[in-house]
Amino acid sequence: MATVAGERDSSLWVILLTFTVAMLFSVVSLPEFIPWQLGYLRPQWVELVLIYWIMALPHRIGIFSAWVLGLFVDVLTGSLLGQHGVAFIIVAYIASSLYQRLRMFAVWQQSLIVFVTIGISQLVNFWVENFVGLSQWDMRFLLSALVSAMLWPWVFLVLRHLRRLFNVS
Amino acid sequence: MIGLTLLSIALMVVDHLSDLLDDVRSGLTVVVTPVYVVADYPNRTAELVQQMFTSRDGLQEQVISLEEQLLLMKVKTEKMSALTAENNRLRDLLGSAAKLQDNVLVAELVGVDPDPNKHEVVIDKGTQHDVFVGQPVLDAEGLMGQVIEVSPLTSRVLLISDQSHSVPVQVVRSNLRLIAQGAGVTRQLDLMHVQGTADIRQGDLLVSSGLGNRFPVGYPVGIVTQFEHDPSQPFAKATANPSAMLDRSRYVLLVFTEASLREPVSGSGS
Repeated sequence: MATVAGERDSSLWVILLTFTVAMLFSVVSLPEFIPWQLGYLRPQWVELVLIYWIMALPHRIGIFSAWVLGLFVDVLTGSLLGQHGVAFIIVAYIASSLYQRLRMFAVWQQSLIVFVTIGISQLVNFWVENFVGLSQWDMRFLLSALVSAMLWPWVFLVLRHLRRLFNVS
Repeated sequence: MIGLTLLSIALMVVDHLSDLLDDVRSGLTVVVTPVYVVADYPNRTAELVQQMFTSRDGLQEQVISLEEQLLLMKVKTEKMSALTAENNRLRDLLGSAAKLQDNVLVAELVGVDPDPNKHEVVIDKGTQHDVFVGQPVLDAEGLMGQVIEVSPLTSRVLLISDQSHSVPVQVVRSNLRLIAQGAGVTRQLDLMHVQGTADIRQGDLLVSSGLGNRFPVGYPVGIVTQFEHDPSQPFAKATANPSAMLDRSRYVLLVFTEASLREPVSGSGS
């Protein structure tokens, strides 16, 4: 029994590590020669990883974990405390209610769902920022969802490989 | 789920309207600081590699040009100190407050906000180095922005080019006072409510006017790049180019004006 708990603890590190790396990717500074407009293409790494873990381990990663993660992302990006919390709750809700179907889908079909899910969460982020007067309305925020969806197959493959390698369950 | 959503909304409202959550945020920021530090490594390594492959000749050239600059700066500083003393004497005679000597603290950039709509950067100095919210930030060329959030080891700086940021400025040539608002584009400031007949032209230097008691007086903010008056519009359209290298500077200066140094002392009641 103790060994099972031990394995669980060790596999938790894998999950935390992937989330940390995703956060790293989402704030890594671009070199100066890259035009700042490309910043709109930055994918939502944390949400991609979140969707994967909810799909793979719905019994361990759920809405509450997503919310806590959202708070950390809020602090990381300096947004209002709770803004990413809400966005991640929505992502987690969609992913955890669809996980059985998502597992059956081909990867490109999953990509479509990822696009819609991340698009909705981006919309929520945008509403909040609009509400407090931080940014003006434009559709460019959907670009990020698009890029995220295009990256999904690779994120999926890498995370599945990691999950099998470290036997995370 | 509903509960957490409501809780988040409550948090957002509280966070937006008050500073009750600032301690929570600064505590959590300490936890995520390593992420920022590691995320900065690519840039840091690129710099290091560049340094490693600089040739001896290049370095020598650099040293020579730096020495020349140093000499020039020294001459300027000597002149400046004489002028400052004279200025303060004259102000004494006029009975107005002496121009304050500002202290600065050098900080290094550790992160840039990933959202292109927000012009914010993270620097490696925090409350442990006496950084406070509202502190002006400069670089070698001019005014960069102000501190909006502090945690023990890092703080977040809002740049003057952000859409939600405005600086009170003054045209050096004509002493005209204006407000420069960020345009949300890195290298542009919009001058607000400029009269069509205002004495302002292309190439005019804008300095901080010190009104509003947030920014110290007399630091360069930008150069006017465009001034056009369409008679059908109530105000003229004027834009400026920020003097500070908002997207390039890796090292920034945090300004401690004497007033702000005195404030915490009187605040603690000693």
